[in-house]
Amino acid sequence: MIRLAKDYFADQRDDDLKQLGQGLQRSDVPGHVAGTTTYFADRTFPRMLYLKMVRSPHHHARIRSIDTSEAERHPGVARVLTHRDIPHNVYTILILIQIGPEDEQVLAADKVRWKGEAVVAVLADSERAANEAAAKVKIDYEILPAVFDIDEALKEGATLVNEYHGNNYYTYDSGSHRKVRFGDVEKGFAESDHILEQTYWSSPIEHAPTETTGCVVVPEGNDRFTCYTNTQAMFFTLDNTSIILQMPGHKLHFVGGTVGGGFGGKVDVTVEPIAILASRLTGRPVSFIYSREEEMQISSPRAAEKIIIKDGITKDGRILARKVTGYTDAGAYSRHSPYGAQKGAAHYPGPYTVPNVWIDTYCVYTNRTPSSAMRGFGVTIADFALEVQMDKLARLIDMDPLEFRFINAYRDGDMKAHRQPTEGAALIECMQEASKTANWPVADRFMRMSSYKAEA
Amino acid sequence: MTKKVPIQITLNGEERAEFVDSGATLLRALRDKFGDTSPKGGCHQGTCGACSVMIDGELHLSCLTLAEVCEGRAIETTAGLAKDGVLHPLQQAFLEGFAAQCGFCTPGMIMAAKALLDHTPSPTRDEVVEALSGNICRCTGYEPVIKAVLSAARANSQKVA
Amino acid sequence: MTIRRGRGVAAVNYPTGMNLGGDPSQALVHSTPTGSFMVTLSSVDLGQGLKQVMAQICAETIGVSAEQVTIDTADTDTGPHCMGTFASRGTHRIGNAIIQAATEAKQVMLEVAAEELEVDAGDLETDGAGNIQVKGAPSKSISIFDTALAAHFKHGRSISGRGMFLIPRSYPETETGAMKPSTCYAHACTVAEVEVDDETGEVTVLTVKNVFEIGRALNPKMVEQQLVGGSWMGISHALYETTEPYYPNRDHGGTDFNQYLMPGPGDLADTEVVVLERPSADGPYGAKGPGEMCANPQIPAVANAIFDAVGVRVDHLPITPERILRALKAQQATT
Repeated sequence: MIRLAKDYFADQRDDDLKQLGQGLQRSDVPGHVAGTTTYFADRTFPRMLYLKMVRSPHHHARIRSIDTSEAERHPGVARVLTHRDIPHNVYTILILIQIGPEDEQVLAADKVRWKGEAVVAVLADSERAANEAAAKVKIDYEILPAVFDIDEALKEGATLVNEYHGNNYYTYDSGSHRKVRFGDVEKGFAESDHILEQTYWSSPIEHAPTETTGCVVVPEGNDRFTCYTNTQAMFFTLDNTSIILQMPGHKLHFVGGTVGGGFGGKVDVTVEPIAILASRLTGRPVSFIYSREEEMQISSPRAAEKIIIKDGITKDGRILARKVTGYTDAGAYSRHSPYGAQKGAAHYPGPYTVPNVWIDTYCVYTNRTPSSAMRGFGVTIADFALEVQMDKLARLIDMDPLEFRFINAYRDGDMKAHRQPTEGAALIECMQEASKTANWPVADRFMRMSSYKAEA
Repeated sequence: MTKKVPIQITLNGEERAEFVDSGATLLRALRDKFGDTSPKGGCHQGTCGACSVMIDGELHLSCLTLAEVCEGRAIETTAGLAKDGVLHPLQQAFLEGFAAQCGFCTPGMIMAAKALLDHTPSPTRDEVVEALSGNICRCTGYEPVIKAVLSAARANSQKVA
Repeated sequence: MTIRRGRGVAAVNYPTGMNLGGDPSQALVHSTPTGSFMVTLSSVDLGQGLKQVMAQICAETIGVSAEQVTIDTADTDTGPHCMGTFASRGTHRIGNAIIQAATEAKQVMLEVAAEELEVDAGDLETDGAGNIQVKGAPSKSISIFDTALAAHFKHGRSISGRGMFLIPRSYPETETGAMKPSTCYAHACTVAEVEVDDETGEVTVLTVKNVFEIGRALNPKMVEQQLVGGSWMGISHALYETTEPYYPNRDHGGTDFNQYLMPGPGDLADTEVVVLERPSADGPYGAKGPGEMCANPQIPAVANAIFDAVGVRVDHLPITPERILRALKAQQATT
């Protein structure tokens, strides 16, 4: 299925590698096929407790009261945790790299902002007992109006989703959105033969790894805790846990590294802090593993996005100006979304050299499951919008869509909109090979182009 | 406390007995009590196939099977396929065909494929596709898995011939 | 009912690495008394094969076979810091850290071998088969096994090295957006061919031909795994997947694999993958990060192919049969 096209860039490479460049067998696969690879959940410990989370049934509500007394009396229940048990209950994961404010409660205290938000954690000596007891937790809610739509959220006077932000958007040092300004976009539109403005949308997408998010925590002697986890980032999770539990990092020992699929879905810190706290308060091993339903609807999905692209082009196929307004639907909390929106700003206008560019990207809060990173974070949906737009532009001027891309493709030395010179470009060569492989002929002059050599 | 019940099974050819929670699934019993973690819990609701095992030679989802109803029956899992350190042809084919990435779905895939090859030693591609259609994989795009099963079938038929 | 055929193209690039708060990873390398090498990390293998590719990078750098290298990850008591596995950063960032650590360890190893052979360390090289030899005079050699033993029991030297790779933080300029958000870029171009049933709105992806430029294919079989699996996920995103089918309406979200749709083994496109290698200036042996980029170009390529087939645009992902039928109905209403 794979073919290495070694004739491209042969002058840029010494093909003299010995251990690399070889399709060597993976060292982990003998364990995979024998069923002996150890994932975090393949460990059981005597007297282990199972954590079941009681979650908000409402999209937006004020919590009037929480009554856990009946759940606590349920046979097999060891402990019930609420916000009062969390040492530092309001957190945000990117605070480690100074991206605040802290905007999310580990266990909701006063309000819930999305359907599925964690409120009470029940620990019992069997999953069944934990589930039965969770059903006995009584939470009295005052339902509040909710906002689901990006445009509604940004309207003046809209219901405020997250008080920690004060607005329904993330506030960057540049204001309500991240900006990229390059050239004079209005002048570019004025000089263009055609203008095309289009709006693109995506719905949230789940990583859906076959192994759900989770961890197993074991108390060690000397007040340390070992956490077997499938996080994608060991120290990121450890350090956030340290903040939330107000425990020095040396009390925490994380073991992982063998994960049943991630795709970006296991970078949030949602199971480890509460499981370690539970283990600390009970002195027993604790297992907290998302159900399939939780993985699908509770774990952060890829954000929904709305992207408006306005382009000005000449009739011979040059893009003179590109203006993009991108909205990332972060759901109720930031998690990694402020970074995703910023990554999008740096990605536009795509792998093309456009002299006049205007980018605004917004991270918007709504009353839905917080979104976060996923494979292609900040880029995947942008590429969908950009590349459909490219197709529309080519058809607008009756040009072959592949040739239209050659005309605008970036090459080494071209200045990008975020003011980095292009290095190591290879778009042209990819398109040349695609032209051949897919039998999609383009004019000879495009087949003679190069990303790095001046044309003869 | 949940009532415990004794169950006795033949697990990969070995007579085994344990006490399990009444109402526990076979998946829980195998993993937590019998120490065989090769069946994986990807959904616990019968939609992913990662927990697939053979019961008396037939393919079953162990997450939807009560442990108690397996009393006296023969259970086979991926962990029991290799004999004397030699991989089963399906395991060998998955290995050589780079048909596993994260590996979480692999034991279930291999059991589903074994159930097919036990009945249909020389399957068509369509038969392989049908046999794997209850097993979710998020990494491979399935094509390497299909090819590995076909290749194991070929290796088997050459051995017989 | 008519089955209509169309094809579409898309071309993309993808940045390697996350650079918001600085992007560091560390590695430690040491030899055992008998000349096996341990690489200690806190990096996570999600299934993409990080452990194997890191062993190959260490082996290449030291000049031993990959089988002699063991990857010890991810235990925070022993493994030095790694930012994490995301943003297509693993191979690039961790690979660079391993090269640095392995180079330092190799230097000690050559110094010990030089003492044993009574030559200058600068005149020595590894043969890739477990021996250290004098350049140009391979008969004068010592095994790595004996060198490691000598280091441990005779010279009191630790054959070990430390590696740290950091891309420093870039602060976007507030008014212009000037920033350095990543390092090298991977590239792709995909052509997709589809059939659309204009009565049911169902789309069948017949073929996807993907060309990926990934810097360097460090392990081509594992590259194939990622690119083929990624191509499948791209098609899945284009046509099937969402947790909120009627977004922004929150209802009807799938909670299991029966309700959350993806293409199964019977729904596969005929997939072709061609790999180009333009080594990146700062990548480990020229590698870039291909893991995320490979799932992107199929989405617009399929969308453009659907337009080519039936003449309607669905600009909202996923492009479901329902959305195609509604677009066809709207088209008929205006013509």
